[in-house]
Amino acid sequence: MTDTTAEETSTPEASSAGGRFLKAFALLSESRIGMLGLAIVVFWVTMAVIVDLLPLQDPLAQTRGAVNMAMMSEDKTGVMHWMGTDSKGRDILSRLLHGSRIVLFWSTIATVVAYSLGMLMGVTAGYRGGWWDEVISYIGNVLLAFPQIVLLLVILSAFGPTSTFGLWLKSTLGLDKTIVSGALIVVAITFSTAPQVARIVRGIVLDLKTRDYIAAAEVRGERPLRIMLVELLPNARGPLIVDACLRLGYVIITIALLGFLSLGLPPPDPDWGKMISEGREWGYFGLNMMLWPALAISSLVLGLNLLADGLREISLRD
Amino acid sequence: MLQLAGKRLVQMALIMLTVSILLFLSFEADIGNLATKILGQYSTADQRMLWLEKNGYNEPLVMRYLQWAWNAMRGDFGESLQFATPVSKLLKDHLLNTAILGGLVFAITVSISLVLGVLSGIAEGSPRDRSITVLAVVTTSIPEFASATILVAIFVFWLDWLPGTSPFTNGLNWADANQLVLPVMVLVIYNFGYYTRMTRASMAEVMTSQYVRTAILKGLPYKRVIMRHALRNALIAPFTVMILQLNYLLSGVIVTEVFFSYKGFGKLLYQAATFNDIYVIEACAMVAVFIAVFSQFVSDIGYTLLNPRIRLS
Repeated sequence: MTDTTAEETSTPEASSAGGRFLKAFALLSESRIGMLGLAIVVFWVTMAVIVDLLPLQDPLAQTRGAVNMAMMSEDKTGVMHWMGTDSKGRDILSRLLHGSRIVLFWSTIATVVAYSLGMLMGVTAGYRGGWWDEVISYIGNVLLAFPQIVLLLVILSAFGPTSTFGLWLKSTLGLDKTIVSGALIVVAITFSTAPQVARIVRGIVLDLKTRDYIAAAEVRGERPLRIMLVELLPNARGPLIVDACLRLGYVIITIALLGFLSLGLPPPDPDWGKMISEGREWGYFGLNMMLWPALAISSLVLGLNLLADGLREISLRD
Repeated sequence: MLQLAGKRLVQMALIMLTVSILLFLSFEADIGNLATKILGQYSTADQRMLWLEKNGYNEPLVMRYLQWAWNAMRGDFGESLQFATPVSKLLKDHLLNTAILGGLVFAITVSISLVLGVLSGIAEGSPRDRSITVLAVVTTSIPEFASATILVAIFVFWLDWLPGTSPFTNGLNWADANQLVLPVMVLVIYNFGYYTRMTRASMAEVMTSQYVRTAILKGLPYKRVIMRHALRNALIAPFTVMILQLNYLLSGVIVTEVFFSYKGFGKLLYQAATFNDIYVIEACAMVAVFIAVFSQFVSDIGYTLLNPRIRLS
């Protein structure tokens, strides 16, 4: 049998993707905390998907004479602003919900990119060992020597949207400014996150590679790349799923943080971090502008962390 | 022991060397761009050429790096473009402020999390343990700039007890000490959860070990078992992790300083990054990496010294 081991290792009743999902859900439903986390995450994901269908104001439309309005106030045209309006007369509720799409979109891309690279680095370092391990671990150590924000500030000030490199991307390649900023954020986050993922994966792989099925695959003459991608990574998925949940939370914090430091996505798109920093400039009058996005981001990250906790609980049980 | 310390020191030096080369290449390899940044974008091409010539930027890259690294090691990072003062002087003032903030936060966080972690770890699975764990998850989910917003809303706008910014315009003094309350609170809230969970895990592990069970079965008073037998061993791992985490603490300090306009290291780095004040960015990054690498060194050595199993082998 030279076929994959993915089918060999999985149990028959959970062979289909849907079946596996249902089984995981049934297990998770035993953890109250995990379910609460899942509910919060599902709420925000749903919002991000259906926000266009909701009866909301245009998140970029500015209403004249309706700036810095309090919660639950109506403007002169009779439109209700449930969460009030910001300093430019834009509806905060609408910006908040549209912001969820932006936050989730970019953070998912960044996490997936960072995770893919990190897993590849980690599995290579762990399985190949020797020079591969030395070099990859050294690169990781150098990048992890930076406090994360310092690394992000360095990367974005040397190669960010306003640097020669960023301007080149915009002018020569003719890319949209949001795409350029987003892509640079993804790259910066990958630099700071991939080494952490690599370190975890390497540890797991060092343990897994002593197992019999790896020896069997080697005897069968499978190529190293295949062993790494087909035999090792799928079997390391348990702890990695938990870690990915936590990591997505950190990435969301990081993206919002960059927005808060005005190093994130360009205005006027609503980005939770930027909404907080815009509100901060207004002191007391900006309270409304700051508080809602602060609560939104905290709840989303809390949801992911609780979900990770629930997943960890059920993964420890079996 | 000395051998280990020596090996770690060499690794530390290697990482610092690599980081310095990377920083130098990212900021100073492209001299045309560098001159534009320093002289401003409205300078003429002639002016830039003259400036580059005068300041020795036409030397080969390797020579320039060696010169830069030599100056950096002597603490000379050039002059800030934004403040027109030597970078080393700026760094000294701002680092002192950050040390005060960071030190306070570290001391408070460690005390709170050791108490909570031990309380939680000695009774694994109890309601007390569960509530402390949930509290820790909740507080670590709220990023600094969000909790700062919420705390400002409560303590500044609603209760009107505390000032909302911490610029210390009259320098650090006792009369303005209330400006430190909010930044310290924000950082403690974000950081104590992780430390608590580390302490809890370590304590829970020690509590299931043979010697603690023996001591309890021998009839020693429970309090004494905890204080004399369990605690000492349970605190080794969290202690080293806490020092290792200084790296993360520093990240949080940067955000908090920016939020509260506290004149510390993080604010300096942030201002430099937004102003493109490259010499300050380089210096700050070098200092941050040094702190991180050095804390790792201290943590490694500390672990070896504290753990008799490793020390004696």
